[in-house]
Amino acid sequence: MNQTVLWEETIQSGASWSHVLKRGTALRLTDLDGGANVGGIFYNFECPTERYNMPDTLKAQHIARLTSGFVLYSDMGRILLSVTGDTVGWHDPMGGTSNRKLIEAKYGASSYQKDRNDYHKNGRDSFLVELGKWGLGPRDLVANVNLFSRVDVSDDGTMSFAPENSKAGDSIDLRAEMNVLIILNTCQHPLDPNPKYQPKPVQVSIRQVAAPATDDLCRVSRPENGRGFTLTERYFM
Amino acid sequence: MSATITSGKILVESKLRADAAIYRHVINAGDPWIYEIKQGQYFRIVDLHGNQAVDTLFYNAHDYSDRYSAQDTIQYQRNIYLTTGTKLMSTAGTVLLTIVADTCGRHDTLGGACANESNMVRYAIEKRHMHACRSSFLKAVTEWDHGMSKRDITSNINFFMNVPVTPEGKLTFEDGISDPGKYVEMRAENDVLALISNCPQLNNPCNAYNPTPVEVMIWAAEP
Repeated sequence: MNQTVLWEETIQSGASWSHVLKRGTALRLTDLDGGANVGGIFYNFECPTERYNMPDTLKAQHIARLTSGFVLYSDMGRILLSVTGDTVGWHDPMGGTSNRKLIEAKYGASSYQKDRNDYHKNGRDSFLVELGKWGLGPRDLVANVNLFSRVDVSDDGTMSFAPENSKAGDSIDLRAEMNVLIILNTCQHPLDPNPKYQPKPVQVSIRQVAAPATDDLCRVSRPENGRGFTLTERYFM
Repeated sequence: MSATITSGKILVESKLRADAAIYRHVINAGDPWIYEIKQGQYFRIVDLHGNQAVDTLFYNAHDYSDRYSAQDTIQYQRNIYLTTGTKLMSTAGTVLLTIVADTCGRHDTLGGACANESNMVRYAIEKRHMHACRSSFLKAVTEWDHGMSKRDITSNINFFMNVPVTPEGKLTFEDGISDPGKYVEMRAENDVLALISNCPQLNNPCNAYNPTPVEVMIWAAEP
């Protein structure tokens, strides 16, 4: 894929980040140290009541994981983001995010007063603060994805976190099919059994990319996605 | 209450009698229902004819921005299926209701609700006109007239639906495991607003291609 890197930065461990990823650009996230987790929720920037929809994403593609060839659907039948590249192979769309109570129970009490910028962040508060910067709030907090993490489900429905799913240098490419408000944080996965508070940083790289071709991997991966691209392209006509 | 184990699922019956219910209502196929359930009350949904998906959302009755969270619920119990013992968690981490009886044994919360738009993606663009759960949800919250809107329509529960996840990370829609008269019963741990769409989907087997009525029943809190 013909790509021009527009800019790069690092999202520090336990930090929040947001950006409007424009149609025609893509976001590469790289796990710098291995074992990263990136919680993400996504919105149509022009009309944020249109947002990432976990069930539509899973059932349209019959998946319980994300990797190359799959797309992230909004609740309006359109594709917000396409996974155009992935060296990990499995990203979790089910496990949700942490909250203050969980983080305190797992890692103990922490405060800015005591720990300065290493104070323990949780996923829910991180999402809410970053959403607040765009005029959004608790009513906009929907099911999130956990990039770089894997959750397995056994026959009886038990969920288990797979350790060492992502290695240092692993990356995922997300291409914007709309102008997408991206809300991220690098808090640990809520099911991460690590008893230590050890969130990891990731590298962000924003690239200019070509529009999806007629034989684009994500477009042709399933007939459902072909229709998803059609509906998304109609939105811009 | 009595419990039996059938094909690995624990089925728990309720001792509450239908004639003691303080509220009974039949929701026809394709209709919405919205109603406040008070803390301590018992709430039962009966699959009258079998294999009927009942798309359900709950809200904290005093703060609708604090609502049922599929991810918090499955994460809290570390299991993707809902059954007896499951605490239905809110986005703010409060327990909205607890499932106290279940004669079906497994309910889904990953498959979400059907919509005109998701039907266009999943089946054909020509399917847009077909009645769908999220239209019912929108109609119900609009008529409820308490400032709720599409922002409040989030990932729901599908009572009586069977949506397993495979070891390879596939989501599959299996034939229903419910039969006529099967029910699920919950105790409200807080005052909650219940929102149901009795699913009108005709494009897949979630309603056995024949959507049918379900009954909702409420019993008073124990003295």
